[in-house]
Amino acid sequence: MSAEVDTRNPETVTIEIDGQSIDAPKGAPIIAVADEHGIDIPRFCYHSKLSAPANCRMCLVDVEMNGRPAPKPLPACITTVADGMVVRTTSERALKAQRGVMEFLLINHPLDCPICDQGGECELQDLALGYGRSVSRFVERKRVVKDENLGPLIATEMTRCIHCTRCVRFLDEVAGTSELGAMFRGEHTEIGTLVGDSVHSELSGNIIDLCPVGALTSRPYRFTARAWEMLSHPGVAPHDCMGANIDLHQVRGTVKRVVPRDNEAVNECWISDRDRFSYEGVYSAERLLSPQIRQDGEWHSVDWQTAIEATANALRDLVDRHGGEALGGLVSPSATLEEMYLSARILRALGSDNIDTRLRRGDFRDGVARDGFPGLQTPIAELETLDAALIVGGYPRHEQPLINHRLRKAQRRGGQVMAINPRAFDWNLTLTPEHVVGAADMPRALALVLRAAAGVKGVDEPEGLDAWIGSTQPDAASQAMADALCGAGQGAVLLGGLADAHPAGAELRYLAGQLAALCGVTFNELTNGANTAGGWLAGALPGRRADGETTEGLTAAGMLEAPRRGYMLLGAEPEHDFHNGARVSKALAEAEQVIALAAYDSPALRAHADILLPIATLAETAGTFVNAEGRWQTFAGVGQPQGDARPAWRLLRVLANVLELEGFDYQAPDEIHAEVRAVAGEAGVATSAAVVGPLDGAAPDLLRVGYPAMFGVDPLSRHAASLQASEHADPARVALNPADAERLGVADGEAARVMQEGSEARLTVAVTDALPAGSVWIAAGVEGSAGLGALIGEVGIEPAGEHA
Amino acid sequence: MTMHAVREFFGTFMLSELLKGMRLTGRHLFDAKYTLEYPEEKAPQSPRFRGLHALRRYPNGEERCIACKLCEAVCPALAITIESEQRDDGTRRTTRYDIDLFKCIYCGFCEESCPVDSIVETRIHEYHFERRGEQVIHKDELLAMGEKYEAQLAEDRAADAPYR
Repeated sequence: MSAEVDTRNPETVTIEIDGQSIDAPKGAPIIAVADEHGIDIPRFCYHSKLSAPANCRMCLVDVEMNGRPAPKPLPACITTVADGMVVRTTSERALKAQRGVMEFLLINHPLDCPICDQGGECELQDLALGYGRSVSRFVERKRVVKDENLGPLIATEMTRCIHCTRCVRFLDEVAGTSELGAMFRGEHTEIGTLVGDSVHSELSGNIIDLCPVGALTSRPYRFTARAWEMLSHPGVAPHDCMGANIDLHQVRGTVKRVVPRDNEAVNECWISDRDRFSYEGVYSAERLLSPQIRQDGEWHSVDWQTAIEATANALRDLVDRHGGEALGGLVSPSATLEEMYLSARILRALGSDNIDTRLRRGDFRDGVARDGFPGLQTPIAELETLDAALIVGGYPRHEQPLINHRLRKAQRRGGQVMAINPRAFDWNLTLTPEHVVGAADMPRALALVLRAAAGVKGVDEPEGLDAWIGSTQPDAASQAMADALCGAGQGAVLLGGLADAHPAGAELRYLAGQLAALCGVTFNELTNGANTAGGWLAGALPGRRADGETTEGLTAAGMLEAPRRGYMLLGAEPEHDFHNGARVSKALAEAEQVIALAAYDSPALRAHADILLPIATLAETAGTFVNAEGRWQTFAGVGQPQGDARPAWRLLRVLANVLELEGFDYQAPDEIHAEVRAVAGEAGVATSAAVVGPLDGAAPDLLRVGYPAMFGVDPLSRHAASLQASEHADPARVALNPADAERLGVADGEAARVMQEGSEARLTVAVTDALPAGSVWIAAGVEGSAGLGALIGEVGIEPAGEHA
Repeated sequence: MTMHAVREFFGTFMLSELLKGMRLTGRHLFDAKYTLEYPEEKAPQSPRFRGLHALRRYPNGEERCIACKLCEAVCPALAITIESEQRDDGTRRTTRYDIDLFKCIYCGFCEESCPVDSIVETRIHEYHFERRGEQVIHKDELLAMGEKYEAQLAEDRAADAPYR
């Protein structure tokens, strides 16, 4: 049961709280109605997003019905409103009950607030001021509870726990992992992990915010600041296409922690662990702190004047000798709108139309739509009311954790969530069905659903379907998916990251678009990075400018297949952030000039780049992210960038000035923002309209399937120490099916040699049933898989020799 | 109009306050003179004297400060700057404890707010700085002060304890 006020309930009742007459939806708990009208009732266990167990008893209020008072004060969190109810929250009896509860709560709670990390923002501390006694009557020994090890992100001091069970209910109801529980009874109650394990949920950090006391606190933040000394600045999480709203808490210019900023339309009151703890990456020792230039094979630290002039000269020289098209721009999909727009304008002014932000995309056959951008046709907030959702090639639980949360909510409301994936994932919602096929068979599986849907609707199937599936008739799973989608009042097809990285991704987009149109459901793409939509709007794509004018140019893959003489990288690490790391390394190594705008130093960049320009990252720069539903979210900088780093928009502006390009006189990022807004107009989400046929050629014998691990998606999260200490950033392993393992002669736990397009790695084997035969899962973005070939592409595996 | 006001009214006209004052002046005019030969001689100090700061330790050598930052928050002159982290043994400790003695107004609020009697003000009021920047005293200097004057500090706290 959810305690959220059902504001859609048209039936209202009239009640009186503290003398105020209120119309409230029938069935709402008193405390929710009181909250809406600004009447404060003390509480610990109640939370508007969780069920109400009424176990703290702090919200006891005096209730009277039809002139008859209830025999005892009632808990406001589970007492629902009824017509003619009179509630007194501050009557003598209510206050006496609340004071009594407070005294009991403080019996076992330590009173050493000065050393507690929650001190100053503690709900118990605040309420004790109002309801507690000034001197404790309890002189006996307090109980002590052993701490739990909840991993590298959450610190525990279980002695402080008051058993409100918010953390338990959060992990049950929202995270869906049920990793904490209350053991023993009465005074002996202890909150603990159920199997002596840790907490692994991708949303685990939210229990830190939920905990009303200092029992669960943030481990990276532990003891480093106080609530009252921090200044809060609104920001936007830079890791996924949802753009969770965050507050950055800073002391003297240093970000100490990140907490969610409530926005019901986007992230509600939650954020994922990646959004919460990635700020540590800002202070990584691997930050690039000064501009670097390579001269005669030696790296030199130089000042900005020298660096910018060297960059401008290098670009001019390259363009003069080889023409503009010899230059390619590869921009991270998590760069800000302003950075993308300026990069695109500079490259185009230099005569190059080769710019792309779709770095992990595997298939570019469907080109670029003239207007609009890839994203969600169903707004994020409406995902939770879907009746049917089909995920194609995606694992939103790790890619966009809070989108997954919305889908989970949809399922809990009775919606049907389905998936066609190249492997089984560890979902926290029940998929009906989870259709696992080999990656190469995904277009065929989707085509079968489309054929089944045409049958259900009784219309002709789109032309060309035979090319994929001949005259094959849909199987039971495809039929079930088609039935659900066609029968849904509100339905959606969602393409995830694996569909984007798929070598036949254009086919998946085409077929999914057709399926959505045929069933009358929405077409949605869960795009890569924080700002893919912004990349389209800013015209950081070949074949499209911000003002919609088309230009020819090479795609991210095209620039690597036909290597350029010079590259400009913005915020992307060659070995981790591309579809094909091996190919990027090769192209960069052969290029004459590689100019990298990077926040982090790395051996790979040093090996390939000629000029390294340090740029600002999270909290240090102002900018805009356009999320997948087209929400333009602007944020300001918080502190000074580390070392000599500069916001990339400012650096690009100065570079353009030095190059003597026209129209780069921006003083602030909002001027760039306004210009993009003016030229891009009010574009909406585009459906892939390009008609694409199946790829030729037989599927390879063994196919690598991979996508960045949850904490390996971008440079910032890869440099956040605590995230990297968690299991979601474990070194890459070769996961394959038992039959394949036997055929290849590798065994679980042993080392294997992985070969992909000339690159090689030695990884540990994990045998699992999650993968279909012929597929091998190797996660990207983590140690071990750096610089391997295509995310989805041919791979060779053999046992690593004893001495290899 | 009360009797008191009437008396005051006439008293003012009779210059009674002036005469009272002149009487005191006259008495001291003919008294034996006494000069405190500072700095050889010093006036007695109260155990509550608020001079230069110090950070105290427990008898076992452990620093008292737990980095709760209450002194930093209460300081009206923003003279205190603290940075903290978790020490290897899991306790909350400062990594930086700076007091800017040019900003400090010696109000004693830091001492009042300290839950563990760590930051205290000693009886030292004679000190000077010779170089720019020396006025900011750091944690090690404060702890050294505490160690040096611990006997006096403990005695003063004990003397004042009954009134707290």
